[in-house]
Amino acid sequence: MSQYLVAIHHPDNFDPSTVTEETMRDIGALNKEMMAAGVRFFAGGLQPETKAKSLRAQPNGQVLITDGPYLEAKEHVGGFWILEVADLDEALAWGRKAVVACRTPVEVRPFFEMPPSK
Amino acid sequence: MSDTHKAIEAVWKIESTRLIAGIARVTRDIGIAEELAQDALVAALERWPDEGIPEKPAAWLMTAAKRRAIDALRRGRMLELKHGEIARELEFQQQRLGEAMDQALDQVIDDDVLRLIFTACHPVLTVEGRVALTLRVACGLTTAEIARSFLVPEKTLGQRIFRAKKTLSEAHVPFETPRGDDLRKRVESVLSVVYLIFNEGYTATSGEEWMRATLCVEAVRLGRRLAKLLPDESEVHGLLALMELQASRTAARRGPTGEAVLLSEQDRSFWDHAQIQRGMAALARAQDLGGGAHTYALQAAIAACHAQAKTAAETDWKQIVLHYDALLQISPSPIVALNRAVAVGMAQGPAAGLHALGALAAEPALANYHLLPSVRADLLTKLGRFAEAREELQRALAMTENRREQDLLTAKLNQTPLNDRSN
Repeated sequence: MSQYLVAIHHPDNFDPSTVTEETMRDIGALNKEMMAAGVRFFAGGLQPETKAKSLRAQPNGQVLITDGPYLEAKEHVGGFWILEVADLDEALAWGRKAVVACRTPVEVRPFFEMPPSK
Repeated sequence: MSDTHKAIEAVWKIESTRLIAGIARVTRDIGIAEELAQDALVAALERWPDEGIPEKPAAWLMTAAKRRAIDALRRGRMLELKHGEIARELEFQQQRLGEAMDQALDQVIDDDVLRLIFTACHPVLTVEGRVALTLRVACGLTTAEIARSFLVPEKTLGQRIFRAKKTLSEAHVPFETPRGDDLRKRVESVLSVVYLIFNEGYTATSGEEWMRATLCVEAVRLGRRLAKLLPDESEVHGLLALMELQASRTAARRGPTGEAVLLSEQDRSFWDHAQIQRGMAALARAQDLGGGAHTYALQAAIAACHAQAKTAAETDWKQIVLHYDALLQISPSPIVALNRAVAVGMAQGPAAGLHALGALAAEPALANYHLLPSVRADLLTKLGRFAEAREELQRALAMTENRREQDLLTAKLNQTPLNDRSN
């Protein structure tokens, strides 16, 4: 079984209070379906990127901590699933459902596998 | 295969179980439900490559299945439908059927999926039939995939599924979740099918490697699904724990040339520790529900002892012996007794192990089982009784035709001195 990150992307300054009840319901239903299918390893929603702190190592060896996301970007990861599925195609099939349920773009990305047995 | 084709297969894989379960709620016959779902898949394969994959593929498939069902009704095929749930007049039937199916997918409830699994694992079917039908309707595997994983021709497997569906229909097996006393027995039947699928993938030494792995994956998934559907059944969690703990060692079980690596020799850093944790959680759940003394939970507890040992030397063999004692109480078998003797040998020393083996010599079921002399040889070697150990190894060699086993035994024979160690 392989693990995939299915990350949902929110626009900058995304306001969680604008999420409709219908969307919440669809996401809830999708979560239930993933759990029922035995594929949901982990799921989590992130607070807005303004709550993020970025840490950078300085040439002098110190770590500099600044407020805000590491990258200036138009979109940030707002939440994610880690799914355990047979292959990329299956991860993408769940990704399709996530796009519809969350009404946001979704990124699907494989994890490194366990050390191969040979 | 084109990307669209692969995408359609993947959609089918994640949607087919609920689709079949939803249709079966209307048709009350999983054979017909499965055929209608297959018809819908054929329609998708025809249309999606041109039209693109619809936003809600599951709803599309259900609508396609509904159309096929109404066509079939018109042609009289659905008159076999049971339970008189669909009224007599054709017109009315079509409308009822259409409405029922429209509702079905929106409301595919966990119970539908559970009924589907219980029906596919019904005791009226042969064990082979249960396994094939479960992989087909509850895991979304194709006939070709199932055939490959069991090393039988696709045609044979197709007939097996056909016969199973026919048997269910002829025996008027209701599409329902059993209740009361019946539930316990039926859960056992489901769990034995799941564990059989798992073991076929885990222990078999032949066949296509990746198809074998698929069987393990599907069995663990089914186990997780069942744990959600039957959260209060301790044995479901016990079996899930056992499968998670065994599967956690998958990456460490094969050496560089594909040879089997024994548990004591495995590189434990290759074990999947997240999976071990899940196995431990499932085991705790089984025990909390009062099922710690059931057969799957006890086997899981033994696997847990191994999983928790950082090195082979740290294994808590005393605890393992206790678990085997309990296992012997509830399901006595010569194989369990043999494994127990190995554990006794580790926990209390080789002499005690030999003593535990003593009673098994007369066991007819083990008369031709190479592991009995092989285990005895190991214990004798540890005691320095090399001449007897060599005899046992030769006996074991004569009993196995498996090349890898023979190589292993020959290597041991070559390492065993000719004369006993003088103490």
